[in-house]
Amino acid sequence: MFSPRLRGGVHPPGHKELSNASPIRRFPMAERLYLPLQQHLGAPATPIVKVGERVRKGQLVASSQGTVSAPVHAPTSGVVRALAEHTAPHPSGLPVLAITLEPDGREEWDPSLAPVSDPLALPPEELCLRIGSAGIVGLGGATFPAAVKLGSSLKRGVDTLILNGGECEPYLTCDDRLMREEPGNIIRGALLMQHAVQARRVIVGIEDNKPQALAAIRKAAEGQGVEVRSVPSRYPMGSQKQLVQLLTGIELPAMSRAADSGVLMHNVATARAVYQALCQGRPLISRVVTLSGQALTHQGNWEVPLGTPASYLINYASGFDCAPARLIMGGPMMGIQLPDLNVPVIKGTSGILALTRKEINTDEPGPCVRCAGCVRACPMGLQPLEMAANIRNGDFEKARSLGLDDCVGCGACSYICPASLPLVHLFNYAKGELASRQREARKMEKTRALAQRREERLVRQAREREELMAARRAAAARKAAGEESPS
Amino acid sequence: MSDYVLMLVATALVNNVILIKFLGLCPLMGVSTKMDGALGMGLATTFVLTLAAAASWMLENWLLVPLELEYLRILSFILVIATVVQFTEMLIRKMSPSLYQVLGIYLPLITTNCAVLGVALLNVQEGYRFIESLLFGFGSAVGFTLVLVLFAGLRERLAVLQVPELYQGTPIAFIVAGLLSVAFMGFAGLA
Amino acid sequence: MLVSILPLAGLGTLLGFLLGVASRVLYVERSNVAREIEELLPGTQCGQCGSPSCGAAAEAAAAGELPPAFCPPGGRAVAEAVAGKLGLPLDLASLVDEQPRLAEINEDICIGCTRCYKVCPTDAIAGAAKQMHVVFADACTACGKCEEVCPTGCIRLVPVTETLQSWAWNQPSL
Repeated sequence: MFSPRLRGGVHPPGHKELSNASPIRRFPMAERLYLPLQQHLGAPATPIVKVGERVRKGQLVASSQGTVSAPVHAPTSGVVRALAEHTAPHPSGLPVLAITLEPDGREEWDPSLAPVSDPLALPPEELCLRIGSAGIVGLGGATFPAAVKLGSSLKRGVDTLILNGGECEPYLTCDDRLMREEPGNIIRGALLMQHAVQARRVIVGIEDNKPQALAAIRKAAEGQGVEVRSVPSRYPMGSQKQLVQLLTGIELPAMSRAADSGVLMHNVATARAVYQALCQGRPLISRVVTLSGQALTHQGNWEVPLGTPASYLINYASGFDCAPARLIMGGPMMGIQLPDLNVPVIKGTSGILALTRKEINTDEPGPCVRCAGCVRACPMGLQPLEMAANIRNGDFEKARSLGLDDCVGCGACSYICPASLPLVHLFNYAKGELASRQREARKMEKTRALAQRREERLVRQAREREELMAARRAAAARKAAGEESPS
Repeated sequence: MSDYVLMLVATALVNNVILIKFLGLCPLMGVSTKMDGALGMGLATTFVLTLAAAASWMLENWLLVPLELEYLRILSFILVIATVVQFTEMLIRKMSPSLYQVLGIYLPLITTNCAVLGVALLNVQEGYRFIESLLFGFGSAVGFTLVLVLFAGLRERLAVLQVPELYQGTPIAFIVAGLLSVAFMGFAGLA
Repeated sequence: MLVSILPLAGLGTLLGFLLGVASRVLYVERSNVAREIEELLPGTQCGQCGSPSCGAAAEAAAAGELPPAFCPPGGRAVAEAVAGKLGLPLDLASLVDEQPRLAEINEDICIGCTRCYKVCPTDAIAGAAKQMHVVFADACTACGKCEEVCPTGCIRLVPVTETLQSWAWNQPSL
């Protein structure tokens, strides 16, 4: 088999055994759901319900706005109690506009939702539209609106659809469980997406530390024309560049989209959501969330309605064994650190981890010893130590010339660093700084143009006034002359 | 011919003007923080050194020796060097305003760069012929530029590293210069 | 004595003459640094640096009368660009890294006098006589001219509130 050499990568302890034996259980409805209007990359959705309004399960409560956006649906029937700011599941802890929904416990479905009898008979554009209106985003964690990705891939024409079952982040087992329990739905979803982008072939890539998932998917894929391949377990195998290169041999060029190379990648959970939306008429209103970490009493996987507060989820499903040293939403490598549990589960929440002091690195950062471990670990082939040194010195442009824009923030360098340097934090800081400088420069350009136009206007107005006065004076002079001449 | 090549190598590497003879240390510490500036300074000094070597040879052999005015040597050499530096300054200002900005105060200071006067005086002391003194001047200048650029490259990297507080800035630069000097002593094996 | 003075005097005269010729041949017009600096500036003539206009400020900076970090609305980016143009070291201490601010109109006490939008250098305030005025956040440079002319003190410069879109990672302490 063709197996290109992959760059970098690390082998963090998986800790998958904490939660991969427990089947997915349905989580009961919380007393209140908080539905942020921004659960995806792009423009926030616009709310279309009023406070006090009754909504049905699956009903559209916020519509997408702009080209890159995704709508939000009600996870259950109930009453809209508020349209107010709520803490966002975001490293900043800043508030985000959210719809507060009080469930009535009746679980009444919106009657307008109906499954399509034969989705494969629909034209591809129609499929993309339907996937978009179901609010589906990339469930691997990037939360890019799925329909936008599918639509642009359809226009560009892609050859291969890759289903990402890598799940290389430690602790997380939600995709693993989903592949074991619903392999048929995942494969059907993959075939629907294949039709939506008119791809020639479908490949599912699954890390070899999930043999049961691999077997289940293999079985479901038999005779469907879907290729299932096992890939070595190495972080970040679930990263687009890595998986695409391993499965197709195509190395995605820097700063380009996968579709440019004729490849489209989606998470297995996204495929299942597509299946549910088209064949069951169920928009994206819940997702599988891994609860893990040794600070919890019961680790496991739950199908959680979106908007469920994390505190409710943990209190109901597990409770703490000991005070957690760190709370993380997502995986430990790329997830976000939560200041508290007062945040809702959103579309991108693959897991909620409560880690003990033993599980995290609490060392103070020391001086870089230039061991170049980060260079070996970087999957993008960058030199994290050089970039970090320049960023620390305030030379962001130099860091950019060393490839800062290619950094995917996978955290392999921070993980491997013997000096515990917060490398990814430094890169995120530099990326933010560069972006804000660009914004400032753009604003300056704009205000300069405005100021120039104002100057020109003032000059023109002065001249016009002058001309008007001159004309009036001339008219007055003529009049005076006219009165004088006859006499 | 091989004599001339040998002489070039000897002056540029084996008897390097900065690291072996320790002449011209002011620009070594002063304009070596940025690679661009160091290269510009090196080229400007190359120009001045070569011209000054030629001019001082002519002055020595056509004016001072015939008139038995050897005691005016330093005075008149400085006069010639200052003129060449002024000329170079005008030339750079005309041709590369940005380099002119970068070099700043160090450009007129080439006048007092002891490497320039030193090379001119050594030419006389060694009794070189015209071609030889020209080569000696050029070779020294190439060695000067080489060291300046090498050192600037090292300092650019030093600037972003976590140097212990005690050694930050000039101290670590001096240590690096010392190590570089030791390294250049290795070229003595060529001779 | 004469035999030593004369050759040296002759040499000096000759070299001086040569330099004189060279300076004629290699004559450079006054560099257009001032104009280049002006192009780097925001160009809103806000006057926060103390100069009446961006052009005058650029002249002063080129002449060395203003430090490279003279332009408050330009911030760090402009300061770095100007310092690079002048070949001067940038003293960031003189640049007060203020939080970005925006003008905000207190609608309760605005009387609609129209004075503020007449002085706004970027037309960032819209309104009409006896009507409420509005600030366009995108065009406001926080120059503070409107604040000065407002008779009721209803315009204030307030720090921009951080949103999820504008938030960025802080600098890690190392």
